[in-house]
Amino acid sequence: MQLSVPFSPDQASTYSGEVDALYGFLWALTIGVGAVLTILIIYFAVKYRRRTEDEIPKAVEGSLKLEVVWTVIPFFIAMGIFTWGASIYYKRYSPPSEALDVYVVAKQWMWKFQHLDGQREINELHIPVGRKIKLTMTTEDVIHSLFVPAFRLKMDVVPGKYSSIWFQPTEAGRYHLFCAEYCGTSHSGMIGWIDVMEPSEYQSWLSGGSGEALAASGEKLFQQLGCVTCHRSDGQGRGPILEGLFGKEAALQGGQKVTADEAYVRESILNPKAKVVEGYQPIMPTFQGLVTEEQLLQLVAYVKSIGKTQTGTNPAGASPSPPNKMGAAAVPTGPPQTGRSGGAEAKKPR
Amino acid sequence: MESEVQNKAPRTHYINARYGLKSWLFTIDHKRIALLYLASITFFFFLGGLFAVLIRLELLTPKGDLVQAETYNRFFTMHGVVMVFFFLIPAIPATLGNFLIPLMIGARDLAFPRLNLLSWYIYVVGAVFTLIAIVGGGVDTGWTFYTPYSTTYSNGNVLLTGIGIFITGFSSILTGLNFIVTIHTMRAPGLSWFRLPLFVWSHYATSLIMVLGTPVIAITILLLAFERIAHVGIFDPKLGGDPVLFQHLFWFYSHPAVYIMVLPAMGVISELVANMTRKNIFGYKFVALASIAIAIFGFLVWGHHMFVSTQSVYAGMIFSILSYAVAIPSAVKTFNWTATLYKGSISYNTPMLYAFGFIGFFIIGGMTGLFLAALGLDIHVHDTYFVVAHFHYIMVGGTIMGYLGGLHYWWPKISGRMYPEGWARFAALVIFVGFNLTFFPQFLLGYQGMPRRYYAYPDEFQVLNVMSSAGASILGVGYLIPMVYLFWSMRYGPKAGSNPWGAFGLEWRTSSPPPTENFKVTPVVTWEAYEFSPVEETEVIDISTP
Repeated sequence: MQLSVPFSPDQASTYSGEVDALYGFLWALTIGVGAVLTILIIYFAVKYRRRTEDEIPKAVEGSLKLEVVWTVIPFFIAMGIFTWGASIYYKRYSPPSEALDVYVVAKQWMWKFQHLDGQREINELHIPVGRKIKLTMTTEDVIHSLFVPAFRLKMDVVPGKYSSIWFQPTEAGRYHLFCAEYCGTSHSGMIGWIDVMEPSEYQSWLSGGSGEALAASGEKLFQQLGCVTCHRSDGQGRGPILEGLFGKEAALQGGQKVTADEAYVRESILNPKAKVVEGYQPIMPTFQGLVTEEQLLQLVAYVKSIGKTQTGTNPAGASPSPPNKMGAAAVPTGPPQTGRSGGAEAKKPR
Repeated sequence: MESEVQNKAPRTHYINARYGLKSWLFTIDHKRIALLYLASITFFFFLGGLFAVLIRLELLTPKGDLVQAETYNRFFTMHGVVMVFFFLIPAIPATLGNFLIPLMIGARDLAFPRLNLLSWYIYVVGAVFTLIAIVGGGVDTGWTFYTPYSTTYSNGNVLLTGIGIFITGFSSILTGLNFIVTIHTMRAPGLSWFRLPLFVWSHYATSLIMVLGTPVIAITILLLAFERIAHVGIFDPKLGGDPVLFQHLFWFYSHPAVYIMVLPAMGVISELVANMTRKNIFGYKFVALASIAIAIFGFLVWGHHMFVSTQSVYAGMIFSILSYAVAIPSAVKTFNWTATLYKGSISYNTPMLYAFGFIGFFIIGGMTGLFLAALGLDIHVHDTYFVVAHFHYIMVGGTIMGYLGGLHYWWPKISGRMYPEGWARFAALVIFVGFNLTFFPQFLLGYQGMPRRYYAYPDEFQVLNVMSSAGASILGVGYLIPMVYLFWSMRYGPKAGSNPWGAFGLEWRTSSPPPTENFKVTPVVTWEAYEFSPVEETEVIDISTP
């Protein structure tokens, strides 16, 4: 059951109905409050209009009772609206683990989308209806904001970090995509389309694409950039093992912990000294300026893909006993050897 | 009335006390300084209005056809900068506040008359910088100057505009400081805090924000300048900065700045409602303290501009709940104004029409604020025309209705002449209709999904845009009419008595226009605020004979 509000865009995601319901309720409240006050004002204005020029009405004392009433009742109504609004909001920031990943890089003035299977699109995004979709987004230059009115979806895309949002389209169709954060001359031209397709059509669209899977591109980069020399899967490297790391907690130097998510992987590539895993030396050089945002996302996709590997009990950072010395020949003693096997299969996204 | 007595011989008052340009540019009389401000902000109001006209013309059609995208971006930026920093913020405090606070508290002048003149000069210097920036090609960042666009990517006159705003901020700080000291130390004997007119209360609250908030925008602009000139990494992540930090700093000032604009208007409305119904404001103390509550809570809600900025989800929740808290004192004021009408003697003069208009706009503007503070709903309407409509209802519908209502109400005091009542009522009606037609469609437009700051837009948004542009043309005419008849009335309007409205308040107990020293004898206050008494016993304290 979804109510349809006049002058509202298509309802094409699971959020649409929820947002419209709150919107409809608030208009009803506005009209209600507005009508009561307007009627009172008009009634008083007519009934108590000035009849003679020098008329002085009797003073009316204020009323504590009334003041309390019209403070407390609006307060509870306001708290109700807060709770309603917050519950819709909260859901959006807890992405389900089974969501289909799509990576977004914005720049003045276009939207670039990368699918796990390797398809790349500009200003157009194809997704299957009914599937939960998670967007991981960043930008090459200024702040942009991804806005799809039909999904009641908006999230800023901020340079220097990842922002993410998830949604679930419910109706196949073609919907407008806008940039909502002013980003310069052609801000209003930074628009595109979201194509929500039936799953079968989506499959044939997918297979029509060329190019290798995102994680595979990432793996190539991983080799080319030499990451592999330190981040060895056999635990003999100078850097932590990345297999089985993604999504787990890693212990840091200084006793803090961090969840190895997209943002952490990104930070570790660009600013490796920021959060060093316990037991390792801060010897990794920065890759700032050496990799583009799109390549970064490929690397993230790769690390994520090998993150699903079975691992021993310990993801790299959770090493119980730190390696004795970090030198060229240092051998970390801690973690049991992780199998090399998982990496290859995990490259293929579900 | 007393006026007949005064008409017999030309009387010396603040306007005819001295003549010549110098007597105005070097005046330290708060009333004259108020008029200097009035002239300056009127100029900026029409300049900002000109940009609004150009924006609405471009948006008549979906395609960008009137000007280039880059030009359009400069139009909306300069519309915002000029209206916010050079009109709305000084609008009521620097003109009506400056003119009336000493009169209302029975003082000769503000505590620091020279500082008051300095404020105006600082305002002018800041304004000149910004005007040079405009003439030299303008700036295209939006009035919000979001980084890293403003620091690294924009090729407009960001620095020059920023310097203009930076300088003008000090005029605001000094005015606030002057008001605070004046209200604390210069009240007439007997005029205790809870006998003060609500106009003074709301200006006190406004002054607190001016003094505490404005330095933050000054610091923010300095940081922005550092980054733009010296490439010090503060906001641009490529230099090691954080772009969201800018938004925190910017809104820490710019949200309270909304209350700098609207609190004085609320003060005006309290005066209009009390005096046009000849009754004490219902729940006087609650209305007075609500101003202070708004000023305090107003500092704690800036993050509601940032619900989709990547700010933490929990921070978003705190800012949302606090935003609802700030809505309560605003609602309390509205209820109290309505209750004041009960058993009053309600006049339909122009000032009261503006007060009715204000309450109407404030209900719509305030209630739509509840939409925006609702986290889940804000995700959809953030940065769309819904927001544009909402803040115009508060800042234009609220502040300008208060400003114009106040200007009409105190016009006889300021100029010594009455404005033409028929024309004035007509203009108020035109403005009310034009305003609603301009901005109400924008709520619908925003929910439909039209983002703000769009130079061209998809066809489905055209109908509502045409309505809005049509409304804007009516609104523009509505604003021009008072401009014409107020000028006219300065020379040809019928002479006003010292108290043409039968109003309450010390400012009505001196002649119109008041003498330079305001009161010949320092008044002693033995009455409560708005204590209208059935027997007309107000005496004019100006009388030359003892």
